[in-house]
Amino acid sequence: MVHALNTGLRHVPAWALYLMAPVPVVWIYYLGLTGQLGVDPAKVIEHQLGIWSLWLLIAGLAVTPLRRFAGVNLLKFRRAIGVTAFFYVLAHLLTWLVLDVQFQNVWADIVKRWYITVGMAAFVLMVPLAVTSNNRSIRKIGAGAWRRLHRLVYPIALLAALHFLLLVKGFQWEPIIYAAVIAGLLAMRVRWDALWTRQRASHRENPARSGAGLGGELSQSSRY
Amino acid sequence: MAYRWKNTLTADAVTPYSAFLNRRQLMAGAAAGAIAGALPVSARAQEALEPNTWEEITTYNNYYEFGTGKEDPARNAHRLTIDPWTVRIDGLVDKPGDYSFADILSQMTIEERIYRFRCVEAWSMVIPWNGFELADLLDWVGVQSSAKYVAFETALRPDEMPGVASPVLDWPYVEGLRLDEAMHPLTMMATGIYGRDIPKQNGAPMRLVVPWKYGFKSIKSIVRITLTEDEPPASWNIANPREYGFYSNVNPNVDHPRWSQATERRIGGGLFAKRHPTLMFNGYEDEVAPLYDGMDLTKFI
Repeated sequence: MVHALNTGLRHVPAWALYLMAPVPVVWIYYLGLTGQLGVDPAKVIEHQLGIWSLWLLIAGLAVTPLRRFAGVNLLKFRRAIGVTAFFYVLAHLLTWLVLDVQFQNVWADIVKRWYITVGMAAFVLMVPLAVTSNNRSIRKIGAGAWRRLHRLVYPIALLAALHFLLLVKGFQWEPIIYAAVIAGLLAMRVRWDALWTRQRASHRENPARSGAGLGGELSQSSRY
Repeated sequence: MAYRWKNTLTADAVTPYSAFLNRRQLMAGAAAGAIAGALPVSARAQEALEPNTWEEITTYNNYYEFGTGKEDPARNAHRLTIDPWTVRIDGLVDKPGDYSFADILSQMTIEERIYRFRCVEAWSMVIPWNGFELADLLDWVGVQSSAKYVAFETALRPDEMPGVASPVLDWPYVEGLRLDEAMHPLTMMATGIYGRDIPKQNGAPMRLVVPWKYGFKSIKSIVRITLTEDEPPASWNIANPREYGFYSNVNPNVDHPRWSQATERRIGGGLFAKRHPTLMFNGYEDEVAPLYDGMDLTKFI
């Protein structure tokens, strides 16, 4: 089954994803413009785009564990997923800026309101990743440095989960589930066995590996 | 003591049901951009002060007992049994007891009040309520001189309220007012909207309306009213005292930690609705400011 899936996926070009990427955002705006999103369409659009951003971040983070634990290879789509995630975050941010707060007290909101601070930090961290999501940048920066840079997606995903957790009122399950999924996907990257062995032996099992601790363990499994 | 306050929001009586249905169609057209430019300026200006449509008022609700989504209450509240309905009135009153909703109604004068409604989440509506002054109910049961506050409690029915399965708040929902706030002519118990019985998602059969406070103070589906000497607990204040004060008066000058309260989005303006400045005490400053003379409203949030 996995083999058939991988074979099938080989025939799907990565650009197909870029082609499909604008469909949801266009559809959401179409529904809003035609009065099909209820009586407060701006809020619904803002929320939906935020949820899509989380889904895309989760999809991007799922690529490595899927390959490692299920043998499903989606690696060639990961860049398209990541770039699409960036554009959804941008659309989410612009919707907030233009339709919701309408450029009023934007800076005050960013520094005073924790959930906005955190969301904005996640967006800012995504910018260098989006800008360097091309082969030329990998050549220019070097594959190792490029990989280290793109490990920023881990704090980005955690900030995105925190953004959702902070903004809901009262105790609600939905953001907790998103946070748990993201934390789980990050935890699957840690080589727990290696960490365990190393802790017991208290020496590096692989001296060639760059970076120590959790970062080193994460880098090991996110290599492609 | 009914009719102590005169509607100021619009000069005319409230739009009849058939007329607002027509306007609803007009607005749907305007939202699509078809005729927005064709409306005369005066008509649009007047529109801004007119009540929201029945659909807007009854499909966009915060009533977490029926779910945290804005459309959840409209979907789920039909499960609430409101007949029979009993309100326990106790504490520092002369005639404590369990009163049926019908008994209460038989003693009260129902009038219409068109009020601005401002949610703490920085959105607002204009709602044509029907109901009676809370003061009339309190006078009927006799408030004892030692009473200083009024506590309210919402029904808690796990079988009928899917939202209470989740500990969003410490159920049942409770709220409170200072006695002078409760006795104020603006404070009412709403039993209807647009001349019809109040829908369940809006707090049937009887909910508080305190138009100069953020919406969460206007507790829904009340089953208990208790006169107390001490400040009663309030659900959102318990959940997060830094964000939701006991008073929670609408105040554009005091930010909520999550939202600037300087402006508001009026529901019903469509996708590109402009934000409007929020008014002190939600536009009822002349009426209620004296209640808070000498109080630092940046401290007593």
